Amino acid sequence: MSGRSLNLLGLLLVGVVGLAFMFLTPRLAELDTVLDLTVYIIMAVLALSLGLIWGYGGILCFGQSAFFGLGAYTYAITMFNIGESTLPFLLAIVLPGAFAALLGYFMFYGRISDVYLGVITLTVTLILFNSMNSTAGPEFHVGAARLGGFNGIPGIPPLNLPFHKSAVIDLEGMFYLATGALLLTYFGLRLLLASQFGRIIVGIRENERRAELLGYDPRAYKLATFTIGGALAGFAGCLFANWGNFVSPTIFGLAQSAQIIIWVIVGGRGTLIGPVVGCIGIQWLSAALGANQPSGGADWWSKIFANAPLILGVILIAFVLLVPKGLVPTAADIASFFLRRRQRQREQCGFEPQQAE
Amino acid sequence: MAEPLLQTRDLSMHFGGVKAVNNVNFALAEGELRCLIGPNGAGKSTFFKMLTGQLAPSHGQVLFRGRDISRAQAHQIARLGIGIKTQVPSVFDGLSVRENIHLAASRLHSLDRVRRVVDEMLERIGLTDAAHRVVGQLAHGQRQWVELGLVLSTDPELILLDEPAAGMTHEEVQRTAELVREISRTRALIVVEHDMQFIRMIAKQVTVFNRGSVLVEDAVENILRNPLVRDVYLGKQAAA
Amino acid sequence: MDLVALLAIQVLYAIASLALISVGLAIIFGMMRVINLAHGEFLMLGGYAAIVATSHGISIWLSMLVVAPIVVGIIGVIVERTIIRFLYGRMIDTMLATWGLSLFLVGLTTAIFGNTTVGISAPLGSFQIGDYRTSAYTLFVIAVAAAVLGTIFAVMRWTRLGLIARGTMQNANMAAALGVNPPRVYAVTFGAGAALSGLAGAVLAPVSGVFPTIGVAYVAKSFITVIGGGAAVLSGTISASALFGTINQIATFVTTPVFGEVALLAAAIVLIRLLPQGITGRFFRRGL
Repeated sequence: MSGRSLNLLGLLLVGVVGLAFMFLTPRLAELDTVLDLTVYIIMAVLALSLGLIWGYGGILCFGQSAFFGLGAYTYAITMFNIGESTLPFLLAIVLPGAFAALLGYFMFYGRISDVYLGVITLTVTLILFNSMNSTAGPEFHVGAARLGGFNGIPGIPPLNLPFHKSAVIDLEGMFYLATGALLLTYFGLRLLLASQFGRIIVGIRENERRAELLGYDPRAYKLATFTIGGALAGFAGCLFANWGNFVSPTIFGLAQSAQIIIWVIVGGRGTLIGPVVGCIGIQWLSAALGANQPSGGADWWSKIFANAPLILGVILIAFVLLVPKGLVPTAADIASFFLRRRQRQREQCGFEPQQAE
Repeated sequence: MAEPLLQTRDLSMHFGGVKAVNNVNFALAEGELRCLIGPNGAGKSTFFKMLTGQLAPSHGQVLFRGRDISRAQAHQIARLGIGIKTQVPSVFDGLSVRENIHLAASRLHSLDRVRRVVDEMLERIGLTDAAHRVVGQLAHGQRQWVELGLVLSTDPELILLDEPAAGMTHEEVQRTAELVREISRTRALIVVEHDMQFIRMIAKQVTVFNRGSVLVEDAVENILRNPLVRDVYLGKQAAA
Repeated sequence: MDLVALLAIQVLYAIASLALISVGLAIIFGMMRVINLAHGEFLMLGGYAAIVATSHGISIWLSMLVVAPIVVGIIGVIVERTIIRFLYGRMIDTMLATWGLSLFLVGLTTAIFGNTTVGISAPLGSFQIGDYRTSAYTLFVIAVAAAVLGTIFAVMRWTRLGLIARGTMQNANMAAALGVNPPRVYAVTFGAGAALSGLAGAVLAPVSGVFPTIGVAYVAKSFITVIGGGAAVLSGTISASALFGTINQIATFVTTPVFGEVALLAAAIVLIRLLPQGITGRFFRRGL
C-alpha cells in the first residue's frame, strides 16, 4: 500500500470516528460526561493551534495562552456590550489574530532567535496575567463589562445562532459545536499543510536559510503561521468562555501556558493527532487523579497526586529527558521498527527477493 | 563593452579588525563561467555570502544587471535570479528528495507543471531511484546533488557553486564537471573550488583571492604557471 | 523638591529590585546559555527559606543574607546534577525541563506550606522626607543590590574563580583544554546563580510576602531585563535594569501600576526589535 493511500485511509478513519463520536455521545452518555468532554474537546482545538505553530512552523511559542485568553476576554467583554453573539464571536477570532500578527511582526522581522522567542511569548502572557489580575476595582471596565481583576468575569451570556438573539445554544448544542469545531480545525489544518503554504513552512522549519536562498521570505511565512495559530487559539478561547460562562486571569497563567506545551510535547510535535491525544489524555489523567480541585485534600496522598502542578511538572521533565519526540511519533517509530524487522525476517526466509541495504 | 551581469565595487566585509574581504572589484559577463580559487580564509565564502544577501557588506556595492543589491534580503536576491550551492550542503534534511526539489520548483511553476519539472530534475541529477528517500540519510555526495537540484530548479540567471566537488568520488567529480559545463552553456556561473583537477576540467578564466583581495585574474593556463599564485596557493599545496 | 527626592528613591528602588531579581538568571544565562524557567521558583524558595529560618529563631538578617542563599544554592547544584547536565547544548529542551521543574516546585511548596501568603514584617522603620514618609527598608534593598553587583564585579575581575568563569564564558572548549573542569564550573555557576536568586527572593520577601506562585510576579520582569541587557552579565543587568526600572516607575507614578507593567513590556519589545542582541550586544561589548 502506498503512502498516499495510507494517508487517505487515515483521514477517512479520523473522519468516521470523529463523526460517530460527535453524534453518538450525547445519546449514550450522561449530561455530566458530555459537559466534561466538551471542555476536553475545546482544549484540543487549543492544542492544535500550538501543534501548527510549533510542530510544523517550528516557532517556539510559550505563550499560546495569551491568544486563548484574549479570545475569551474579547468574547466576554463584547458580549456584555452587544448582547448578540455574531460580532463577539468574530472579534474573538480576529482580535487575538491581530495581536499575534503585531507581536509576530516585532519578533520575526527583528529576527530574534528561537530561545528569545520562547521567553518573549511567555513574558507577554505573564504580563497579561499580572495586568488583568490588578483590574479588580470598579474603575476598570470596558463599556458595560467590568473586568473584575482576579475574580474574573462571571455570567458571560452564551452564544446564539448567527443573528438570532433568542436562539441560544444549549449545553448539548455546545458539545456539537465544540466537536464540529475540532473536526473542522483538524481537517482544515490537514488541508493547509498539504498546500503549497504548508510545504513551505515545513521547509522553513527544516532549513530556514535554504528556504530563503530559494526565494521564500521566512519572516512572512512565519508571521502568517503565527497569526493563524493565534486566531485559532482565540477561537478556542471564545468556546471556552462559553462553556463555563466565566473567564478569569488564570487563563493567562503559567500553569495554563505550560499545559498547552505539555499536551503538544506528550502527544508529539510534527503531527496533528499527537496534540489532540496529548491534550485529552492529560486532561483525563488530571481529572482521574482529582487534580482539578486546587490545593487538593488534607491527606498526603491527595497532596501529592491531586496536585496538578506537581504531576504536570514531573510529566514535562520526564518527557523532555526520556521521550523527547512524544507519544505518537515514538509509537510510529516502534511500529515501523517491528515492521521492518518482520520484513527482513521474511526476506531472509526467501519469500521475497533480497534487497540491497 | 556590454554591461556586466554582476559587478562589485570596493566590496568589503570587516569583522571587528579582520578584513575578511577588502575592496574587491569584480565583474562577470553574461553567460561567463568563472572559477575562484585561493587559500583557506582568503574570503571566498564571505564574498559569496555578500553576493547572496546572507551578509550585508561593511561598505561597497554589489550590482546585478546594474541594480544595487548590496542591501537586499537573501530571498529578494534569490528571486532576482542568483542561486547558490553552499559549502556545507544546505538541504531540507527531514524531507524526501522529491519533496526537496518540489519545494524549490514550485515557486516558479504551476501545480500541474511542477510534477513534470521535478521528474526531469530528478533524472538530471541522477536521483530518480532515491526520490522517496529522506535526504538526511543520503551519502554526502548525493546530498550535494540534491542541493544542486534545488538550485537549478529555481532557474537562476547566475549560479554560485561553493566547492561543488568536495567529498565526491573521482567518478562523481567527473559527472559534476560535465554538469557544470552543460549549465554554463545557458547560464553564468561562479565556482569556488580547491580541486585543481576539477578547475582544469571546467575553467577558462580564473580569479585568485588572497587575504580578502583579488590577487590576479587570468586565463587558467596562465594562472597555473603564475609564480605568485604558486606561492600563495599551489606552493602550499605542493608543500603539504 | 521633596517629591523629586521621593521619586528619585523610588526609581532607584525599582532599578535595584529589577537588578536583584535578574542577576541570578543573568549569570546562568550569560555563562551557560541556559534559560532557567524555574528562576521565579528559586526566588520563591529563597523567601520560604528565610521565613522558615526566622520562625526557628534565627535572626532575620542572618536568615535573609546567609541561610536563604545557601539553601537555594544547594538546591541549584542538585538541579544541575540531576536534570540540567543531561541537556547541555539543547537550549530549548533545557527551557522545557526547567519549566517542568518550575511547576514541580510550585506543586511541592503548595503541598508543604499550603496555598496561602505568609509574611515577615519588614525590619527598620520609616523615615521622613519633607511631607512624605517612606520605608527605610527601601534603602536597604538598594544597598543590597549595590553590594551584590559590586561583589560580582570584584569576583569576576580579580579572582581566579572569576577568571575561570570568564574563560568558560568565552570558549568552553578552550577552558577545558587549559585544565578547567567544565562540569564543575557549570555546577558551581548554576549554584551561584541559584544562591543569588535565593538571596533576592529573601530580601524581597518582607515587601511582597511569600506564596507558592509568587515566582510568576518576578519571572516576567527578570526575563525582560536579561534579554534586554544581552549577553554581558553585569553591564547588561545594570543597563537594562536602569532603563526598564526608570520606565516602569515613572509610568507607574504618572498613571497606575498596571500601566507601569504594560509600559515595561512595550519598551522591552521595541528594544528587542531595535537591538536584537540586547543592549550589550550593541554597546559595552567588552563589559563583564
